[in-house]
Amino acid sequence: MPTVSVKRDLLFEALGQKYTDEEFDELCFEFGLELDEITSEKEILIREQGGEKAEGASDVVLYKIDVPANRYDLLCLEGLVRGLQVFKEKLEAPRYKRVSPADGGEPQRLVITEETASVRPHAVAAVLRNITFTQERYESFIELQEKLHQNICRKRTLVAIGTHDLDTISGPFTYTAKPPGEIRFKPLSQSREYTAAELMSLYKTDSHLRHYLHIIENEPLYPIIYDSNGIVLSMPPIINGDHSKISLNTKNIFIECTATDLTKVNRFTLIITVCLFVCFNTFFILFRVEEAEVVYPDGRLSVYPELAYRTETLSGDFINKRVGINESAESIAQLLTRMCLRSEVSGEGDLIQVEIPPTRADVIHACDIMEDAAIAYGFNNIVRSTPRTYTVANQLPVNKLTELLRQDLTAAGFTEALTFALCSEEDIADKLRKNITETRAVHISNPKTADFQVARTSLLPGLLKTIAANRKMPLPLKLFEISDVVLKDETKDVGARNNRRLCAVYYNKSPGFEVIHGLLDRVMQLLDVKPGRNQGYHIQAAEDSTFFPGRCAEIFSCGKSIGHLGVLHPDVISRFELTMPCSAIDIDIEPFL
Amino acid sequence: MADNGLLESVLRLVEKVDGGTDSQDVAADLGVDHQVIVGAVKSLQALGEVISAEQKSSRHWELTGEGREIAEQGSHEARVFNAIPDEGLPQNQLMKMPSGKVGFSKAMSNKWIRLDKAHEGGPRVFKTVEAIEDTVRDKLQLVQKGQSAKLEDKEKNELKKLQCYWTVKSYWITKGSSFSTTITKQETELTPEMIASGSWKEKKFKPYNFEAMGVAPDCGHLHPLMKVRTQFRQIFLEMGFTEMPTNNFIESSFWNFDSLFQPQQHPARDQHDTFFISDPALAHEFPQDYLERVKKVHSEGGYGSQGYKYDWKIEEAQKNLLRTHTTAVSARMLYKLAQQKFTPVKYFSIDRVFRNETLDATHLAEFHQIEGVVADYGLTLGNLMGILHQFFTKLGITKLRFKPAYNPYTEPSMEVFSYHEGLKKWVEVGNSGVFRPEMLLPMGLPEGVSVIAWGLSLERPTMIKYGINNIRELVGHKVNLQMVYDSPICRLDS
Repeated sequence: MPTVSVKRDLLFEALGQKYTDEEFDELCFEFGLELDEITSEKEILIREQGGEKAEGASDVVLYKIDVPANRYDLLCLEGLVRGLQVFKEKLEAPRYKRVSPADGGEPQRLVITEETASVRPHAVAAVLRNITFTQERYESFIELQEKLHQNICRKRTLVAIGTHDLDTISGPFTYTAKPPGEIRFKPLSQSREYTAAELMSLYKTDSHLRHYLHIIENEPLYPIIYDSNGIVLSMPPIINGDHSKISLNTKNIFIECTATDLTKVNRFTLIITVCLFVCFNTFFILFRVEEAEVVYPDGRLSVYPELAYRTETLSGDFINKRVGINESAESIAQLLTRMCLRSEVSGEGDLIQVEIPPTRADVIHACDIMEDAAIAYGFNNIVRSTPRTYTVANQLPVNKLTELLRQDLTAAGFTEALTFALCSEEDIADKLRKNITETRAVHISNPKTADFQVARTSLLPGLLKTIAANRKMPLPLKLFEISDVVLKDETKDVGARNNRRLCAVYYNKSPGFEVIHGLLDRVMQLLDVKPGRNQGYHIQAAEDSTFFPGRCAEIFSCGKSIGHLGVLHPDVISRFELTMPCSAIDIDIEPFL
Repeated sequence: MADNGLLESVLRLVEKVDGGTDSQDVAADLGVDHQVIVGAVKSLQALGEVISAEQKSSRHWELTGEGREIAEQGSHEARVFNAIPDEGLPQNQLMKMPSGKVGFSKAMSNKWIRLDKAHEGGPRVFKTVEAIEDTVRDKLQLVQKGQSAKLEDKEKNELKKLQCYWTVKSYWITKGSSFSTTITKQETELTPEMIASGSWKEKKFKPYNFEAMGVAPDCGHLHPLMKVRTQFRQIFLEMGFTEMPTNNFIESSFWNFDSLFQPQQHPARDQHDTFFISDPALAHEFPQDYLERVKKVHSEGGYGSQGYKYDWKIEEAQKNLLRTHTTAVSARMLYKLAQQKFTPVKYFSIDRVFRNETLDATHLAEFHQIEGVVADYGLTLGNLMGILHQFFTKLGITKLRFKPAYNPYTEPSMEVFSYHEGLKKWVEVGNSGVFRPEMLLPMGLPEGVSVIAWGLSLERPTMIKYGINNIRELVGHKVNLQMVYDSPICRLDS
């Protein structure tokens, strides 16, 4: 969930009202936000870097507000204030307009060359005119850009936004791609020119920029945007040129957004991104954005940004029935309008026409509109009622059996362990004296540590590790677990299946085979299987590398092998860092369903 | 235990004095070691109210074993001096004496002896004086006679350094409420013979110590997290919910994400969040018609939806993973439900899910998800809140409120908060929502059917219930077995 950090006093000034922390928390809750933390720059510095570094830092109260991951329109102070003001019916939702250049001149133009095709082929542009920055607005502008980069732009892997002081550059602009050695410019916050190749090594140690280098690092050509005089605007998605940088005095802004071509969604995301960005920077310029033209390598010309409003029609009855309320169409239209979805009753029956603004890309279905109506109505004002759905409960047979056996195993003196389903290859193979290839184990492709290399194929390693972690406890240790292991199985759609097993260990100064054998007899008694060769159960000497030679038996029930019991091999005991003899039983309980 | 003769001697002494006597005086009178009397006092105390004995610290000085040895045999240095004949003694031989080392250095500093290092045949020790006065021994003999008052404080301290003194604890003994000078033997336990002969009627029984703990029963113990799981299962069963088959940890991306209308670029599908499987890497079987409908609703929309407008790829859907939520199973169950004539259902599951996340004190790579699902015609958001209210009431949580939230496959989505009386604030206890039509309609469920669902983790309520701060002490092999042995039964509503 993205977090927006805003200055409290500035927020209240913009909202035209002061709140106590509790009151504001309440307002957030109602609207679906969360006032996560109340802090200050100073407090954050003290926490992160210690008291000394924080000296002289600002004491201004900051609100950190969690915004739902789909509400990109609330990612800056202006957006938040707008949303809340409309919600409180203090303002009307703005209407964003795309306009032609005021002086009747040509729109700014961005020409995309075909070299970009291999690395970052999409670009759109827009222009903001007559902006007056204050320090706060300037910070909010930069902050929003960063928030969009982190969220909808997926850390710049999908889309990158560049902003430039239009009065320092002159169009038409060219978006092309060149070998890194041929690109040379002075980047933001540096005092001299670098080649692109030099920049990549310079930024290797930059705490912020190094996270983006991988996006283009191994490409033969790097994307680059020039103005008509050959001045570099930016090398997306890494860094802008210093020449066109935005300052407090900037009046007119040229915005370019570029995107990779993994799938179509990036173009879609690109269009949304530029929309969001321009819309929320137009609060103080009458919600107007100046169009810009983009020329594609094939000569096609498009005009951006696309500020598309769309209208959906739905009935008041639909909303009432889904939410569980009983409101008139008029009042529902009013509820929706409070959520920046301008709505009107159409006059036909209880139909409502809802206008979806370009900033609400998250609204893709009537159910999204229904949710907004419910939020505006107030989730906690909805009458809670019990559904009349009549059903009879059933337990899953394998879980029912597991629950019953667990109870009786504790009655037999064994204590239940709860171990991880993921473990290392070593745990299920080397340590048990097995070959990994014979385990039928499912392997994980992206484990962060060796603890998550495979799904377990046996419960035994977990139990032995539990004993190792509890060696200080009085002996004997008697543990069991009834849980799932995972085995490859070609007959399943995913190629693997779970298997419910019962495993128990006895750890003491003597191996206690008779104890584990007695537990088998007890379990079979509980399962109502009598001793015997055919319809009953019996054990028979077997060789298994995990067990001590001559001290292992295979368990058969109704003629079918269901597992093993025996005294563990001394190597197994020492590989799990244990020192005492140990006997164990491991059986499949699924045949008893 | 001291023998009865001694006990009775002690009692007779106590009888003679009014107001009590000190155990050290008793020891002196009876001519036995003080420790023997201490043992006798303890034995008498165990007989009930025969005597009362109050422990006190005594100023009385007494010699330690070493002190007694010195009083009898002389100080170490004196013993060394006396061991040296006129012709001297080789140093190495002297050092072999029990008092050798300590005595040699002390005698040297007293200038009683000298060492001739250059002596032929190795270093040799000679006497330097004819006779000595062993003052240490004399002083200790004074102490032994109970005349330590004759020593000056400085002298006492010197001897203390030699560890020859200690303070002792003694008892002030007075008559008890049932004082008697004869000892009646007390029985410890009732025996079958006593019952048979009736002799128990005449016997006195040793009182039990009710302050002590009993003997722990020899038994096994259920794991606390599993105890809580059993209770949650019970609650769902009481509410008429049927258990879903969640015994499939390996899932395809299709059922884990695509069927839930979670787009293929969603960050949850990233390597950083999800464990993908390298073997078996791909799922190979899908309901083909349904797969086509899922593809369409993602890429083009439909069922009243705009869709996500991207190229949906089967390769992405085939990728196997460790399921990140049990909702993957709910999707399979709802699809199965849609393939027959619709009947309303209530489903639940409690099972493991896996996240490739950063681990900390409250997060592990695997945890248990509790999930409830209801499918019926015309279910409302109010119904979801109603059923959540019933569910949480069974957990002992009655004050609930709901916050709008975002979840890719539910709309509306609500976070469930409950008022925590201890913390005096609202805390999140679960997530809930109504499944999106883009998820349900491609499955083939009838248009009017709504599916409401909620979920929470099993670990969090368990940690709160049992007061555990570090999840590793609860789940996995690093569990503290003592905690498992000691954990009480689980009643969630009390």
